[in-house]
Amino acid sequence: MVSYTEKHKKIERNVTILGVLTLIVVAIGGIVEIAPLFWIDSTVEKVDGVRPYTPLELAGRNIYMREGCYNCHSQMIRPFRDEVERYGHYSLAAESMYDHPFQWGSERTGPDLARVGGRYSDEWHVQHLKDPRAVVPESIMPTYPFLAERELEPRDWSTDLRALSRVGVPYSNEAIADANEDLRAQADPDADSSGLLRRYPKAQVRDFDGDPKRITEMDALVAYLQMLGTQVDFDAAKGQEKPR
Amino acid sequence: MDGLVMRAGLGLLLCFLAVMGAALAVDRAFAAQMWIVAAATLGGLCVYLGRTDFDVILGVKKRPAPVGYYDDVIRWGVIATVFWGLAGFLVGVLIALQLTFPALNLGIEYTSFGRLRPLHTSAVIFAFGGNALIATSFYVVQRTCRARLAFPALARFVFWGYQMFIVLAATGYVLGITEAREYAEPEWYVDIWLTIVWVAYLIVFGGTILRRSEPHIYVANWFYLAFIITIAMLHIVNNLSMPASLFGSKSYSAFAGVQDALTQWWYGHNAVGFFLTAGFLAMMYYFVPKQAERPVYSYRLSILHFWSLIFLYIWAGPHHLHYTALPDWAQTLGMIFSVMLWMPSWGGMINGLMTLNGAWDKVRTDPIIRMMVMALAFYGMSTFEGPMMSVKAVNSLSHYTNWTIGHVHSGALGWNGMITFACLYYMVPRLWGRQRLYSLRMVNWHFWCATIGIVFYASAMWVAGIMQGLMWREYGSDGYLVYSFAEVVRAMFPMYAIRAFGGLLYLSGAIIMTVNIWLTIAGRQRAEKPMTETPYNPALDRPASYPAALAAE
Repeated sequence: MVSYTEKHKKIERNVTILGVLTLIVVAIGGIVEIAPLFWIDSTVEKVDGVRPYTPLELAGRNIYMREGCYNCHSQMIRPFRDEVERYGHYSLAAESMYDHPFQWGSERTGPDLARVGGRYSDEWHVQHLKDPRAVVPESIMPTYPFLAERELEPRDWSTDLRALSRVGVPYSNEAIADANEDLRAQADPDADSSGLLRRYPKAQVRDFDGDPKRITEMDALVAYLQMLGTQVDFDAAKGQEKPR
Repeated sequence: MDGLVMRAGLGLLLCFLAVMGAALAVDRAFAAQMWIVAAATLGGLCVYLGRTDFDVILGVKKRPAPVGYYDDVIRWGVIATVFWGLAGFLVGVLIALQLTFPALNLGIEYTSFGRLRPLHTSAVIFAFGGNALIATSFYVVQRTCRARLAFPALARFVFWGYQMFIVLAATGYVLGITEAREYAEPEWYVDIWLTIVWVAYLIVFGGTILRRSEPHIYVANWFYLAFIITIAMLHIVNNLSMPASLFGSKSYSAFAGVQDALTQWWYGHNAVGFFLTAGFLAMMYYFVPKQAERPVYSYRLSILHFWSLIFLYIWAGPHHLHYTALPDWAQTLGMIFSVMLWMPSWGGMINGLMTLNGAWDKVRTDPIIRMMVMALAFYGMSTFEGPMMSVKAVNSLSHYTNWTIGHVHSGALGWNGMITFACLYYMVPRLWGRQRLYSLRMVNWHFWCATIGIVFYASAMWVAGIMQGLMWREYGSDGYLVYSFAEVVRAMFPMYAIRAFGGLLYLSGAIIMTVNIWLTIAGRQRAEKPMTETPYNPALDRPASYPAALAAE
């Protein structure tokens, strides 16, 4: 036992050796645990229907992050009977494969939102975001009345799509170039949305906040919430399951 | 002269870049942040030039030779620690009350829970904890190396640069600028700034060790060094992101989904492991032996638990992602290493507590020692609770509930808070050349407010968490879920109220500390009875065979 303390004296007399050894020791865990996730194909199994966010959904997602919704809402349903009954099919890795960053969350002060899309009407969401206690008396969620009053801050969404394509989201050059038109087309039922629907299959096109004259932050956030968890058709997969 | 010109030039350049950023900003929030940078650098530059003694620079006067240790930056750090601590605890109490009474969100975007919660976590971890770590590391490294701090000017940059990081992060959250990953919320430009500050910190700390007059590097410095190096690694890798525009606040993480989740929790868990554990163990390794006036219990144990702690901690991240879409093998690996981590964690606790061997009576007489012991006890408790919660079966219940919040706070309030308070109480009289603290009895009051506050806080969250977990999964005899989500929210109300009360007690303790430290720095001493009075009877203080009459002479 004495010998290793003697040997250690060499390390603790030289700050370079101490620092380098420390860096090596702390790097190992991350290299073994995280790095393989980028190369093992089965980490994220491809699933039909998963597509990148439309510009409007992306804008809504950015509002979701800006307001810190992730502090109270998870987006990750675990494979337990009660969770699946309460929230829907457990979350698949592929369903967040275009999420930069992920929003799985760590706390359920409010319910999980991974499959909230299509569960409530647009009117319900607008009401609920303006004053949660108007529709859920027990709720402790903050009120967000300003979302409906504020138009989406004007910005060039193609820069956001380009940044995302640089980190691996498959937006085509066409999608990047038409980002601003696609954003407007999704919130305006009278606009020509054929290009949008070609690029983003099953995108929901309508006026989300009940105010067709302008595109508000409420439009974007509700568009995002209404698509959450709706991309994968689990009923289609059921048909392939073989009973034993 | 050259140094002055270079520093003033760098300051002006930064100010100019910030004004450019504000002018070209693509979003309002980014412009606001750039104006803050410009104002701060300009103000800092004016103060710097105002304080410069130009006679020295022009060679009229000789530069005074440095005397003793360089403690200016440590004194600022102590004040910053107290200030950010108060701010962080106050926001904590506020958001606890918001969860109890949602009307307190005020319906304004800047004061809603979602924006204030990152403000609270960052204020207590990075502002309060970070300043405590920087200040104590500069204090400890000089005294254990018996060398003056290397590069004092760079150390001042580290301090002020770090405050700027805090201000940018905090104002950013309120303005809605966030990367939306817990404990790594600051956006790309703030991350770059922190990287620069952190490298400067490593240079000052490592440079001082290189200048040491002791042959050995003391164990506290191993922990500080591991903390600085590892935080640099975690910070850089986890914050890799692609800005949408160089003149905008928004960036998108380089990773997505599963990979992003594990990178983030590799970072998140080791912010706990290296910021809140390794760094604070370093504080423990210097200040506990000094206050107890006893040597560290075991040198061998410190070697063993240092290397095993830093090796094992890194692996534990996946226990934040049990039963998620993360591959099973990674979850299991995370669980196994988390359970193993229990041992080196307790190695630190044992080494700290056993240092009091032969000085245990001080727990009764010295409230600072009492705080240190309580801190170590909470450290031991939460490093047992952590591995337990990382077991998948336990985690299936505890995850997503308030149990996690309770666990974090028993560690943060009990271990990090208490050990920091003790170190502040130790350093303040020495740094300001005072004979003693203003009042030891107020330390005692602080101790009890904080301890009782933690008990209220943690027990409320344990009950809330386990109740939540059980209610969510409860099935009736009809085969249906018994409770709706909203009913579970309503059931939390009394627990949230008790938690807010516990937090208020803890904040009160911190206010008592602030008054005490303020008056100590002001040079006052409270006339008060000593903490203990050892009874003494001179008549009995003699050999049994010795006549009382003789003794009286």
